[in-house]
Amino acid sequence: MISLSSVQRTAEELMAKAAIEIPDDYLDGLRKCADTEKGDLSAFVIKAMLENYDAAKEDRRAMCGDTGLPRWYVKIGNEAAVEGGPVALEAALRRATARATAGVPLRPNRVHPLWRTDHNNNVGIGAPEIEYAFHPDADWIDLITVHKGGLFGSDYRMLFPGDGIDGIRRFYLDTLIGFGKRGLACQPAIVGVGLGGSKDTSMVLGKQASCLRVVGSRNPDPKIAALEEEFKALGNSIGMGAMGFIGTSMVIDCHIEVGYCHTGGMPMSVHMFCLSSRRACARISADGRAQFRTDPMWFTDYMRRETVEWERSTAEAAE
Amino acid sequence: MLETVQLALPASTADLRKLKIGTVAYLSGRIFTAREGVYKRAIEEGAGMPAGRDALGLANFHCSPAATVNPDGSYTVGAVTATASFRFAQWLDGWFELSGCNVIIGKGGMTSDIYRNSFVPHGAIYLTTVGYGTGALLGRGIKRVAGVYWLEELGLAQAVWVLDVEKCGPFLVESDLDGNSLFERENAKIAPGLAKLYAGSKPATLRRYGETDDKTEEVI
Repeated sequence: MISLSSVQRTAEELMAKAAIEIPDDYLDGLRKCADTEKGDLSAFVIKAMLENYDAAKEDRRAMCGDTGLPRWYVKIGNEAAVEGGPVALEAALRRATARATAGVPLRPNRVHPLWRTDHNNNVGIGAPEIEYAFHPDADWIDLITVHKGGLFGSDYRMLFPGDGIDGIRRFYLDTLIGFGKRGLACQPAIVGVGLGGSKDTSMVLGKQASCLRVVGSRNPDPKIAALEEEFKALGNSIGMGAMGFIGTSMVIDCHIEVGYCHTGGMPMSVHMFCLSSRRACARISADGRAQFRTDPMWFTDYMRRETVEWERSTAEAAE
Repeated sequence: MLETVQLALPASTADLRKLKIGTVAYLSGRIFTAREGVYKRAIEEGAGMPAGRDALGLANFHCSPAATVNPDGSYTVGAVTATASFRFAQWLDGWFELSGCNVIIGKGGMTSDIYRNSFVPHGAIYLTTVGYGTGALLGRGIKRVAGVYWLEELGLAQAVWVLDVEKCGPFLVESDLDGNSLFERENAKIAPGLAKLYAGSKPATLRRYGETDDKTEEVI
């Protein structure tokens, strides 16, 4: 049984880590941009951001003043149990979100869409979002928090099989160029592309592709992996760098995730995880110990399964 | 190497006249935050300014700080970065008259049409934050919260935060006193390369109302 106090303690620490510490994989990717960027304005911006990450860590201060929309991804082992059950778990995550908003401090971004009511704690109707997934043969839970910016850099479009890869490429470019100008997307970014599913699934997949995979990871389907490489290079060949200034630093990496969709359609979404790619994760084991890490490990073979029943991988079965 | 200047606030027209687009600027003096909540209340609802020009300064930052009010009534300001400014264009003319501001600080700038029609007649320039955003660096430049107005009415994020800053930056000069835009200059340089990216590509099967295929246009 995982104690509620360990859930809340870990969740609060994750909230602060996400806001303050740029993940290592993103940082390495941006340093590579710094090494290759020729545009003087774009290079200046990247250099300022690298200094900013150091200042944030030294001062234990949020790296960006817009601390995004805090949300949670929870992966629950099939054998895991949390004290108080799922209702208590959700309450602990809402409590941690509110406490960290005052404690770090974070910007209280969440308001009612019509009445603009602000509880000054990033909690409200449907906020923070909490998404769940499961994992076989495990007694731990994974907590992941992502504080993604909320206004620019994402788009959705219903494409059709006839649009083909060319249509996917075109919508990808449209989104990068449209939101890249003036740096509205706060690039260079981890670009996530969601392909397939129903309309809402394609948005969810694309967001998870940008926020829940580390820079350098590749989709296990070799053809999709090749497309990820191609799209990364394509984005960096637009001629646009940080803040939309002339340069080559647009895409830190491109991740594509797919889901089965309607036979007549090919829905697509594009998401851009920004210069403050705020994510932090931890695994809480059954005894309540938390192990922090930067890789969300969200997309597993189990998550991407295609079959009716789940069977252990052949490698595992052979042992 | 980009040219770098220190700008004391409030700035005179002569000070602003020297600033060229693409120059890096650090600010010392007084700035205050105001965005849509403040504009609506001050202009549309006729509340006017929450305080005089001496109390607020003449530099308006499109920003909500990551800040909190402590139990003893003091304030903790962590990181500060700007929010996208183009959304506030509709209030600008009234705002310049009311506030007397001559420096607008934000994210992403506005169009050169707006600079020429609204900024230039009021002797105002636009500074953009860098990144975005260097929230921790800008947070370090804040030396004191000089006052907070309309906290009850608008909430922490939309309230007017008056901040005394020292060597606060970096910012980039996005518009000058003639209304030129750094972003538009860069867009124009990038535009000629865009067509080849789309070579051989055809428009999506399902079109959308208002859609354009002219990639030199902007979404703002």
